[in-house]
Amino acid sequence: MAKTKKVVQLMPTDIKEELLKKYPPKVARKRAKQIMINEATEAEAPPEILANVRTIPGIITMRGCTYAGCKGVIMGPTRDILNITHGPIGCGFYSWLTRRNQTDPGPDGENYMPYCFSTDMQDQDIIFGGEKKLAAAIQEAYDIFHPKGICVFATCPVGLIGDDIHAVSKKMKEKFGDCNVFAFSCEGYKGVSQSAGHHIANNQVFSHLVGENEEAKEGKYKINLLGEYNIGGDGFEIDRIFKKCGITNISTFSGNSSYDQFASAQHADLDCVMCHRSINYVADMLETKYGIPWIKVNFIGAESTAKSLRKIAEYFGDKELIDRVEEVIAEEMPEVKAMAEQVRPHTEGKTAMLFVGGSRAHHYQDLFAEMGMKTLSAGYEFAHRDDYEGRHVIPELKPDADSRNIEEITVEADEKLYNPRKTPEELKALEDAGYEFKHYAGLNEQMDKGTLVIDDLNQYEADKLVELLKPDIFCAGIKEKFSIQKLGVPMKQLHSYDSGGPYAGFKGAINFYKEIDRLVTSKVWSYMKAPWQESPELTATFVWE
Amino acid sequence: MALLKHTPVEIKERKALTINPAKTCQPIGAMYAALGIHGCLPHSHGSQGCCAYHRSTLTRHYKEPISAATSSFTEGASVFGGHANLVQAIDNIFTVYDPEVIAVHTTCLSETIGDDLKQIFDKATKSGKVPEGKTCLGAATPSYVGSHVTGFSNMVKSMAQLAEPSGHKSHKVNVIPGWVEPADMAEIKRIAEMVGVDITLFPDTDGVLNAPLTGEYKMFPDGGVTVAQLKKTGDAIGTLALGEWCSADAARWLDAKCKVPCTVLDMPFGLAATDRFIDVLRTVAGVSVPESVAFERGQLVDMISDMHQYFYGKRVAIWGDPDQLISMCEFLVSLDMQPVYVVTGTPGKKFEARIKEICADKPFEVKVKAKGDMFLMHQWIKNEPVDLLIGNTYGKYIARDEDIPLLRWGFPILDRQGHQYFPTVGYKGGLRLLEKILTLLLDRKDRDDPETTFELVL
Ligand code: SF4
Ligand code: SF4
Repeated sequence: MAKTKKVVQLMPTDIKEELLKKYPPKVARKRAKQIMINEATEAEAPPEILANVRTIPGIITMRGCTYAGCKGVIMGPTRDILNITHGPIGCGFYSWLTRRNQTDPGPDGENYMPYCFSTDMQDQDIIFGGEKKLAAAIQEAYDIFHPKGICVFATCPVGLIGDDIHAVSKKMKEKFGDCNVFAFSCEGYKGVSQSAGHHIANNQVFSHLVGENEEAKEGKYKINLLGEYNIGGDGFEIDRIFKKCGITNISTFSGNSSYDQFASAQHADLDCVMCHRSINYVADMLETKYGIPWIKVNFIGAESTAKSLRKIAEYFGDKELIDRVEEVIAEEMPEVKAMAEQVRPHTEGKTAMLFVGGSRAHHYQDLFAEMGMKTLSAGYEFAHRDDYEGRHVIPELKPDADSRNIEEITVEADEKLYNPRKTPEELKALEDAGYEFKHYAGLNEQMDKGTLVIDDLNQYEADKLVELLKPDIFCAGIKEKFSIQKLGVPMKQLHSYDSGGPYAGFKGAINFYKEIDRLVTSKVWSYMKAPWQESPELTATFVWE
Repeated sequence: MALLKHTPVEIKERKALTINPAKTCQPIGAMYAALGIHGCLPHSHGSQGCCAYHRSTLTRHYKEPISAATSSFTEGASVFGGHANLVQAIDNIFTVYDPEVIAVHTTCLSETIGDDLKQIFDKATKSGKVPEGKTCLGAATPSYVGSHVTGFSNMVKSMAQLAEPSGHKSHKVNVIPGWVEPADMAEIKRIAEMVGVDITLFPDTDGVLNAPLTGEYKMFPDGGVTVAQLKKTGDAIGTLALGEWCSADAARWLDAKCKVPCTVLDMPFGLAATDRFIDVLRTVAGVSVPESVAFERGQLVDMISDMHQYFYGKRVAIWGDPDQLISMCEFLVSLDMQPVYVVTGTPGKKFEARIKEICADKPFEVKVKAKGDMFLMHQWIKNEPVDLLIGNTYGKYIARDEDIPLLRWGFPILDRQGHQYFPTVGYKGGLRLLEKILTLLLDRKDRDDPETTFELVL
C-alpha cells in the first residue's frame, strides 16, 4: 500500500465534504456538526463538536449500549462480585469474558469473572413479569457460591415490562444479611452509548459500596486509580510502578479490582483519573463526600507515565517520594528510550488514525508521538463534549432527554468521614505553582491544526477516511478491524489490544513500540496483488530456454 | 489454581439461574443467515447494543467484516414503537450503502413493544423509501424464545417466503444447509457438483465470509444466494433441509405453500449422515453417483478402520447446537467412541430423545440435556471424567481446569483459525474431524506416556 500513497495533499475541508457527500441532507447536516476541523480553518465552523447525541438509525455505528458500559466495562473486571444479567440470554452471553480484563484472584482466590450468570428470561417471564425468577436466581447463586456481593443488571425488555429489580435486590440483601445485593437499571436503550452505562454503574457503586470498609489502610502515599480496566494487564504494570515508587493504590476502578477495594476507596488521599469519560464524576463525588482531591493522569506513553508520577509526587510534596519517583524514572527510561530509538527509523513520519472509547483515542497519541508518528484524525465512540474540548465546557452542556434519563446523585460531605486532605492554602499554593486539580484539557488541544476530529465515526466514514488519507495504521475496535484491513491498511484494536499488551507504563510502552513497528513494517501489505495482476496485459509468451 | 474454581462437584437442581450458557439469542442467528444473501445488509430493529454485540461476536468467529445496521432505539421509540426509526433507517441504508436487500430482524425490545415489520415495510415502500428492484425482508426473532439457532431458522424461513412459484418446475434442487461454516457451504456445493445436481443453496455465506485480502474492500462481496434465485425456489423439484432445528421450517413452508416436496435430513457430518445426504440428493434429482464420490467415501472408511483402536471406548463431552450435535454424536458412536455428556442450550425434548436413540444399546449411558448449560456439564465431568471435549471456545476453561483435550467445533470459536476455510461436512470433512481428534488424543498420549513406553511408530 505504501506504493499507492496519495501524492495530492487533500484539504481538510475537501475531506469533510467527501465524507458528507453521500448522506441524505438531514443526515449530512447532523454529521457536519460531528466532524470538526480542529482549530477551525473555515470561518463558518465554530470549534465546537456535537457529541453524545443519538446515532442515526440505519447508520452503521461503532457504538455499543448502556448495558455494555455498565456490566461489561465497569462491573465486569471486579472479580469477587457475582454479576447476574436479568434478561434473555444474549446480553449475558456476549459480555462473558470478551473484554480481556485480566485479574489476579490473590490469596483468597475468589473470582467469578470466568462465569456467566443469567436469568435467561423466557416468554412467560416477559408476559407475567420476571421478578420471581430473578429472586429465585439470586437465591440459587447465593446458595451455590456464597459471594460477598451480587449485582443485577437489567436488559432492554426488563425495563419495558417494569420488573422492579431494585426492590427484589433489596429484599434479598436483607434476607441474606452477609451478602450485598444491588441492581443497575442499565437497559440498552437508556442512553446514547456505553457512556450512560458507565454513569449508572458508577453511581450505584458509589451509593452501595464505597465507604463500607471503615478499617484504616496502611500506606504513606495512598491513591485511587479511577478509569483503568486492566485490559491486557495495563493495571498490573501501573501497579508495579506504583509499588516501586512506594505509592499505595487503595483501589482501581475497576481493573483487577475487588469488593474490598471499592469499599475502602475513601481511605485514599488522592484520586488519579485515567479515563476521563468513564468516571470523572466519581472523582468529583469522592471529593465532595470525603475531601479527596483529584487529578487527571495518563499512564499510556512513557513520557506521560513519568509526568503522571511526578504529578502524584508533587501533590504529596514529600522529598522522599519525589526523589524515589525520579529514581524509578531514571531506572526505567533507558530501556524505553533504547527501544524507541530502535523502532524510530521505521515509524518516524508515519501516520495514524484513532477512533476508540472515551479517552483512549487521546491517550495513545502520546505513544505514537514518542515514535515520531503523527495522528491525522481521531475521535471517540462515546465521548461527550468535555472529552474533546476540555472540562471547562461542562457548564455549557445542556441536558437532553437522554441525559435526563440517567440518575444524577447528589452528594454531600460525610458527617463522619469528610476530611479535606489539604487546607485551602495548601491547594492554592500548589495551583499558584501551576498544579492542575480537576482539570482535563481534552483531545482537541493536543491535536494538530487542520486535523479532523470526528465523533461517533461510522463504517462508511472510516473506510472513506482510510481510502482518502491512507494512514499507516488505523486504531479502533473488533467490528472495524477487518474492513480496514481489507483495504490493505494494518488495524490495531485499542479496546482489546488484539490479544497484546500491556501497553501502559514503561514496560507497556516498550511492548507498544514493538507492536507498531511490527505492524507498519509487516510485509503482508505488499502482497495484495499477484505478479500477473500488476501487469495484466499479456505482451509476450515465455520462452523456455 | 483452577479457573472455574467455584464449580462444586455436588449437583443441585437450578430452576432460575443459567450459568455458562450453551446458547445465545435469536438475532445473531438471523444476522448470520442474512449474510448468506447476495448484496444483503442485515438490520437489527432495536437498540444499537444488540447489533454491536452480534457484529462483534460474528466478527470474532469469522475474522471477516460483518456489516449490519441498527434502528438505534431511543427511550421514546422503546415506548411508542420503532416505526419511525425503521423507516428512516431504510431510507438511510439505501442512500448510503446501496444494498440489494435489507434483511431486518427484531430484537427482544422491538418484539416486546410489538412492532410489526410487514406494516413498516409497507409504509416505507409507499413513501418511496425502497428503490425499485430492491428488497426488504424481515424475521421476528424474540430472544426470549428458543436460541440463536431459532433466529437462524426464522430468517431462513423468511428467505424461503420470497419464493414466487411460476407454475413451471425447474430442474433445480433446493438445499438448506443450516448453520454451518462458509467452508461447509462451499463443500456442500462441491459435493452436489460432483454428484451432478444443480442446487440452490440458501443461505450461502461462501464467498461472503471467507473473502480474500486484495487491498479493496467490498461491503457486499460476490458470494451469497441472490433474490432472483430465492424467488425461483418455489419452482424446484424438491428441497433438502439439513437439520430439523435450522432448516426444516423453511423447507416445510415451501412444501405447503409452493408444493415443493421436502426431505428433512441430518446435517452431513460424519459417514452415515453424509451417506444419507448424497443418497437423497441423487434420488431427488434422479442421477447416479459418480465413482469419485465413492472414492472419497472409501478414504474416510479407510481412516476409521486404520485408527479404530485410538477412538474405541473414548469418553466424550460435547455441547453446541442441536442439529450439529445429532450428527456428531452419531459419528462418534459409529467410531465406537462414547458421547457420554451431551448438552445444548437450545430447548427441545425431541433432541434429548434423538440423542438417547443414537446411544441406545451402546456400552455406555448418555446424559443429555436440552436447555442445559456448561456449568452442569462441567459438574458431570467432575463427577466422572471424559477423554475429550468437543464444543466451542468457552470449553477452554474446563479443558484447562480438568486437563482434557478440546476439539474446537461449533459456534463461536474465538481463539483458533481454520474453521472458516476447512469444512467438516461430507467425507472430506469427516477426514478432517478424525485427523483433529486423533492429533488431540495422540498428542495427549505422547505427553503422558512414561519414557519406557513412549512410542515412535503408530
Ligand atoms: S437485548 Fe435481547 S436481542 Fe439484544 S443482545 Fe440482549 S438478548 Fe439479544
Ligand atoms: S474509553 Fe476506553 S478506557 Fe474508557 S471506558 Fe472505554 S474502552 Fe474504556
